[in-house]
Amino acid sequence: MSADTTSNRAAGPAVDPAADPAMVQPRRGWGTPVALGVLAIVTLVGFGATVSGELSSGFRLSDADDVVAVPTLTVPSQTAIIVLGVLALAAAGYVGWAVTTRRRPLPIVAIAGGLLLVAAFLVWAVAGAEIPLVSLLQGSLFLAVPLVFGSMSGVLCERAGVINIAIEGQLLAGAFASAVIASLTGSIYVGLIAAMAAGLLVSWLLAVFAIRFVVDQIVLGFVLNVLVIGVTNFLYGQVLANDGDRWNSPERFQRLRIPVLADIPVVGPVLFDQTLIVYCMYVTVAGLSFALFRTRWGLRVRAVGEHPKAADTAGLDVNRIRFRNVLLSGVVAGFGGAFFTLGSVGSFAEEMTSGQGFIALAALIFGRWSPLGALVGALLFGFASNLQSVLSIISTPIPSEFLLMAPYVVTIFAVAGLVGKVRAPAADGIPYRP
Amino acid sequence: MSATTAPPNPPPPGPPAPPTPPAPPTPVDASASPARIPTWLRGPLLTLCALILALAVGAILIAVSDEDVRAAAAYFGARPGDTLSAIVGAVADAYAALFRGAVLDTRAESAAGLFAPIADTLLFATPLIAGGLAVALPFKAGMFNIGAEGQIAIAAVGAAYVGFTCQLPLVIHAVVAVVAGLVCGAVWGGIAGVLRAATGASEVITTIMLNYIARFGLLYLLSTEAFLRPGRNDPISPPIADSAALPALLSGSRLNVGLILAILAAVFTWWLLTRSTIGFRFRAVGANPDAARTAGISVPRAYIGVMLIAGALAGVAGVSQVLGSERVLTTGISAGLGFDAITVALLGRANPVGVVGAGLLFGALNAGAITMQAQTGTSLDIVTVIQALIVLFIAAPELVRRVFRLRVTGGGIGQLSKGWNA
Repeated sequence: MSADTTSNRAAGPAVDPAADPAMVQPRRGWGTPVALGVLAIVTLVGFGATVSGELSSGFRLSDADDVVAVPTLTVPSQTAIIVLGVLALAAAGYVGWAVTTRRRPLPIVAIAGGLLLVAAFLVWAVAGAEIPLVSLLQGSLFLAVPLVFGSMSGVLCERAGVINIAIEGQLLAGAFASAVIASLTGSIYVGLIAAMAAGLLVSWLLAVFAIRFVVDQIVLGFVLNVLVIGVTNFLYGQVLANDGDRWNSPERFQRLRIPVLADIPVVGPVLFDQTLIVYCMYVTVAGLSFALFRTRWGLRVRAVGEHPKAADTAGLDVNRIRFRNVLLSGVVAGFGGAFFTLGSVGSFAEEMTSGQGFIALAALIFGRWSPLGALVGALLFGFASNLQSVLSIISTPIPSEFLLMAPYVVTIFAVAGLVGKVRAPAADGIPYRP
Repeated sequence: MSATTAPPNPPPPGPPAPPTPPAPPTPVDASASPARIPTWLRGPLLTLCALILALAVGAILIAVSDEDVRAAAAYFGARPGDTLSAIVGAVADAYAALFRGAVLDTRAESAAGLFAPIADTLLFATPLIAGGLAVALPFKAGMFNIGAEGQIAIAAVGAAYVGFTCQLPLVIHAVVAVVAGLVCGAVWGGIAGVLRAATGASEVITTIMLNYIARFGLLYLLSTEAFLRPGRNDPISPPIADSAALPALLSGSRLNVGLILAILAAVFTWWLLTRSTIGFRFRAVGANPDAARTAGISVPRAYIGVMLIAGALAGVAGVSQVLGSERVLTTGISAGLGFDAITVALLGRANPVGVVGAGLLFGALNAGAITMQAQTGTSLDIVTVIQALIVLFIAAPELVRRVFRLRVTGGGIGQLSKGWNA
């Protein structure tokens, strides 16, 4: 990379975070069981005891025009909440028992406990009414798509040791470029390519300034976000707003129904009646998950992110791998940005990503920097966001502003250790000077 | 740049320089004279160069997006001069209007009108200075406070509530309202500090989330009976009582005592960081938490303390907005201020004096942008681009040095934040 191959002595400042073996093992604490237990008790007392015993909660599992009709699932609200709450309490007890006996708790139990509580909340909120479960899940997946692409961009960057706060900017650049280019060329596929190119441009700036000029990565990512917001707002005000027909009226992706799979009850319409962008999302997550943990490329990326000096000693060009990964991350996030325009509403609006990049970042941390974990995180936030629109149809006792807040409160709980102590790749955010 | 003839000694010991990596051995360039520029001038010099570069990039954007330029470019091959004059015209018009709105209104008919833009600049600079301090102080302790926006909003809620409900005598009412605002801001900031201290949750994430929670919380409050103005359905509070409002500094201008509060906040922050034990602890934690712990400093307590004070500093911005310039609580009370505050803190290199200067510069850009949009139709978002570029360039001083062929080191931002594992 840089020409100063003579300065071997400059290797000093590259901090060696993995030198202390005690730091490699994540500390297991009481955070998870206590948080889970407290929430379970809150659920039992706050929801289970307050809801009337006569009410029941209904979840419609299929629409009228579905091939396979499934009857509506109706449960007595109070009983269901108590059962779910007690099960969650049991999960908390199991994790607590594992911590006291210094065993490794099965991570699935804590996750299941969380999901049980979500289900209990849902039963409480729906008490006395009926909601369509399929459209709730469909909407959740819909809202999660940009988050998933954003967090995959984060995985690519941060696994290689570069902190990516600029996800928001990458998404926004992708959304802007895809709308403009698809409008001008009349082809959504060219628009999709333009989105990837725009994301690439933002991540090229990130790579050059972070790796070449060794700029503080969190500060840099933040500034790039402001820059992209400024540029897209400016061009929108100057150009797009004046002649929207020419610059800002792209086609949209239509849903592609996958024949047999889409007929599966509940799962089918949620997963297999989506746009091309969503199918690309499945491929991206699965491919990245495989590539990161099962291929030589993935091993190299993780080595560069965990212990760059060792990777360098083994003959890898640390900064070149980082540079490539940052560029790739921009392509992925830019593609996801196209979802805001071509995948949903069509035209571009000012700051239309509205902080989704930061939520994607939180999903990344929630998922502990693994593609599948980040997927779960993104889906959870999509669910929490979509709950508001579904529950606003039926009359719930909660003001809509609190439902709007919910995803952000959940995020704070998540990063504050509800899912256990999180640990980033050891060299994440630390520039490497060979 | 002009070569000053200072003695070739090492520069005088100034404020602690940001930890710079050992510079790679620079090739000796015999043709250039060894220019020496005093340490305190290096920051402003770099800022000036970054400003010029940013304005240049902004000019490109203005030229590309201008309709006359695009019309002239259609026949560029036939008459290239038309395109060039359209570019120069568009850029010169926009930047001249920016200057008229920010510094001196050369089209004004009276002397008061000539200087009126300066009052606007100071008005815009007030929340930027206070908000910038709220970001700068945590930087010194190795924390990145992205939550100034939420802290400003919550502080405004507290101050406004006291401002329109209580019945108190003239000066006392304003003081109580200001204190209520500062306390609310401190509490909101403190949440992120407690989370960081108790669970290690990165304040980068928690403060962003707290911004959203504050935004929806404000929206909720403005729908409740306690905050909604009687007879209104849109989210707007009753007006602040005159006894609680911050008095104006100039007649005919919205410039108010909030500016003095912001300057006092800067002086306080300077004193805290350079003259007090608490500030020393904060800086020690920021420099090396492990060393600070070994030296007997409670790192969690420092995190909480920093965020409490930062929240109160953001509170100064919220108070000056709601009691000074707006005099009513709306959902837009802190819109965009949080991000601007961060760019101000970065441009000010997280130093109180630098933050005041950066706040004035960005205040001028923001004030000028309004005039520019009104008079030339150029979208005021160009200022956001210019601000982001300035910070980007001073974050990478090597780039600026190369463009301007400077041989001065230092003056950049350095590593301010810590990664997730810090």
